[in-house]
Amino acid sequence: MASKAVLTGEMFTQGDIAAAEGAIAAGCRFFAGYPITPATEIAERMASRLPRIGGKYIQMEDEIASCTAVVGASYTGLKSMTATSGPGVSLMNETIGLAAMTEAPMVLVNVMRGGPSTGQPTEASQGDIMQAKWGSHGDYEIIALCPSSVQEMFDFTIQCFNLAETYRTPVFLLADEIVGHMYERLIIPPEDEITIVNRKKPTVPKEEYLPFKADGDLVPPMAVFGEGYHFYATGLTHDERGYPVMTPEAQLELIPRLCDKIRKNADKITQAATFETEDAEVLLLAYGGEARSAMRAVKDARAEGLKVGLFRPITIWPFPSDQLKKAAANAQQVLVAELNYGQLVYEVERHIRGEIPVHLIPRPCGVPHTPNELLKEIKRRTQ
Amino acid sequence: MARMEIRLGGLGGQGIVKSGVILGEAASIYGGKEAVSTQSYGPESRGSACKSEIVISDSPIDYPLVLAPDILVALSTEAFVKYSPDLKEGGIAIIDSDLVKAGEIKQKVRLFRIPAATTAREVMKNALVTNVIMLGAFTAISQVVSPEAMRKAIAKAFPRFVELNRRAFDEGIRLGQEALKQEKR
Amino acid sequence: MTATTQSKPSQEEHPITRYVRKDRIPHIYCPACGIGIVLTAFATALDNLKFDIDKLTVVSGIGCTGRASGYFEADGFHTTHGRPIPFATGVKVANPELKPVVISGDGDLFAIGGNHFIHAARRNVDMLVLCINNFMYGMTGGQQGPTTPTGAITSTTRFGNIENPFNLVSLAASAGAVYVARWTVLHARRLAKSIEKALQKDGFTFIEAVSPCPTLYDRHNRFGSGLDVLKLYKEISVIRNFSDPMKAEIDYSTRIVCGEFVDEEKPEFTQRLAEQSARLQKR
Repeated sequence: MASKAVLTGEMFTQGDIAAAEGAIAAGCRFFAGYPITPATEIAERMASRLPRIGGKYIQMEDEIASCTAVVGASYTGLKSMTATSGPGVSLMNETIGLAAMTEAPMVLVNVMRGGPSTGQPTEASQGDIMQAKWGSHGDYEIIALCPSSVQEMFDFTIQCFNLAETYRTPVFLLADEIVGHMYERLIIPPEDEITIVNRKKPTVPKEEYLPFKADGDLVPPMAVFGEGYHFYATGLTHDERGYPVMTPEAQLELIPRLCDKIRKNADKITQAATFETEDAEVLLLAYGGEARSAMRAVKDARAEGLKVGLFRPITIWPFPSDQLKKAAANAQQVLVAELNYGQLVYEVERHIRGEIPVHLIPRPCGVPHTPNELLKEIKRRTQ
Repeated sequence: MARMEIRLGGLGGQGIVKSGVILGEAASIYGGKEAVSTQSYGPESRGSACKSEIVISDSPIDYPLVLAPDILVALSTEAFVKYSPDLKEGGIAIIDSDLVKAGEIKQKVRLFRIPAATTAREVMKNALVTNVIMLGAFTAISQVVSPEAMRKAIAKAFPRFVELNRRAFDEGIRLGQEALKQEKR
Repeated sequence: MTATTQSKPSQEEHPITRYVRKDRIPHIYCPACGIGIVLTAFATALDNLKFDIDKLTVVSGIGCTGRASGYFEADGFHTTHGRPIPFATGVKVANPELKPVVISGDGDLFAIGGNHFIHAARRNVDMLVLCINNFMYGMTGGQQGPTTPTGAITSTTRFGNIENPFNLVSLAASAGAVYVARWTVLHARRLAKSIEKALQKDGFTFIEAVSPCPTLYDRHNRFGSGLDVLKLYKEISVIRNFSDPMKAEIDYSTRIVCGEFVDEEKPEFTQRLAEQSARLQKR
């Protein structure tokens, strides 16, 4: 008997495994990857699960090849994914640009570890926040979701696929080693309770299909290789037919659309979680594994009568600007705690626009702040 | 139950990481509590220092790591020396009486010596079940997770050696109860 | 029948034009460039086989030859530099019914894409890799590349190339390709036959098409015009079918050994994948 694709039920498992199960539940049937700590468990899980449910796993010769094979499989109609860590993303960035340019739906999991370079393979980091946004050259937008628990590794991977399919874009699950390697309870819902989005298919006769003619939502319907559409895609600037065009007009037509299909839908894409922000005078901002320290620190601060709230961006890209402004409405300052030497703080400053002070609580090492360290910093800033 | 922090320390290959997962699974899936299990990862697979941490609570767990363990289980002298200073005042240290040479501990803790390795070798005739014996002793001494929940998690973790590990766990429970009795004397 | 179909068209359509995206013509290639001959040979092979175009995916990388995928009336993809083979691998693994054909240049496939080439050959993923070898990077203005002969003048080896070139035939054979052939563009018909054969094989197949680049290579190395180079091919090329691929010499000053070098059967990657998957799903 064939194995089930969706392993409905409860299990005590790792974040990496949960991401793999989330992908499978989302309909992912192609994975190409290359071993790298701390994301290898995702590849191992996909390698053992996909063949049993009719999916395809292939280990490639490097991350460039992995990411490119994913784009190929996506164009051939399969929901496709790769998983890696910062050094792998550095190599994949070339193809992330290609995927953005050719509007290939795909999901990349980055289980962040310490960098730069080989850095701290087995330790956590949030050092790839800016890399995720700006990693490839040229103007493009990206979507990145940041999980804080094993359950969110599962749930957000499904969301990543849905977003990738909706907007025809590469989407990051931007995890860190803490959530990737920790074990927690994972609840996998029944298959019919999982929301799945599939890419728009062309509705016009094959000979009339223009692969890069967008609908009103700025997203073009996507045909699949092998179905007789005989369509062409290129990493070069192209027209609606997909043909290379080297004019300023062509670039002016294409690039704003590629960016705007995400920018103009930001209100539908962005998500954030808040805790005790209504009357917060100090807004503590943290995400991913670090947000769990921050949550404890906020609870401890509240216990001491300090008016502190937590703002946790779930979509890092696009940044949940409106949600932040709302949460910071009564705040006198924003403290940004991140597991790096200052990255998302720049984006926070950009949205706060100098209205209140924004302070960084950096942590460029492999373990998150302890709640007490954050509490001390809150007190230091409020006294 | 308030937040309970447990640290398991030993050497790579002793089943420290696996024990942490079993304990977390027993608490969360079979014990109805919240649990998070984390491990130290290094380039070594065998023979070097290895650590596993479990946080168990009745309410959702925010900070997932151990700050000051309520309970330390040590299967190597190195782990004991390194981690015992972090133990909470009044905490519990459960050590293997043969593998660990316990030195002084500044704070007041309850120290239990369990002959897990020797029992595994001589009674169970299988050194590989040392960690399961320790889990039994831990269960009896700490009362954090029920023996039934632990049995289920252990059976799931070793599907090919269910009987051997069940016996090892029961032996561990017995050793743990004995150690508790000795403490009271 | 209507009157229109009865009357003979004033200009009969060439049989291969149905494989070409007519709205993309004229193409970008220089007069006397060999790429057009190879693309014609490819279209001819498709026509001879009555190949099911719906099952064809033409993939290419960057460079003059890299533009090839855009000229065929088939599914096509123009990847980043050096990556057509992993893209084609993704296509083939995702849908084993498709036949990816990679058409790209020597620089794209063997410098920046060299690692992908040897690994796809090792895995034996079903695809045809058709490499147009003109001994340097054409599109960027004639720089030295992985097949540039020692001593050759290019825009980055003004004083003569001091590196050793790859021999693509021996490289493909050692990496495990199940079909390996080399032709010059003068051997247009043999090249087409070779492509036909490779398209029907199930596995990683490789054909090297040696081509003039009159604009950027032949001129600087005093081989004359495109026509002169074709004359040179006629003079120095020899056909040695199934001779040792390790000795498949390629040297404008001595000889170019052409022919088929490898033609064997090996289990193909996606078939093995499907078999394993089928076994596991029955459990």
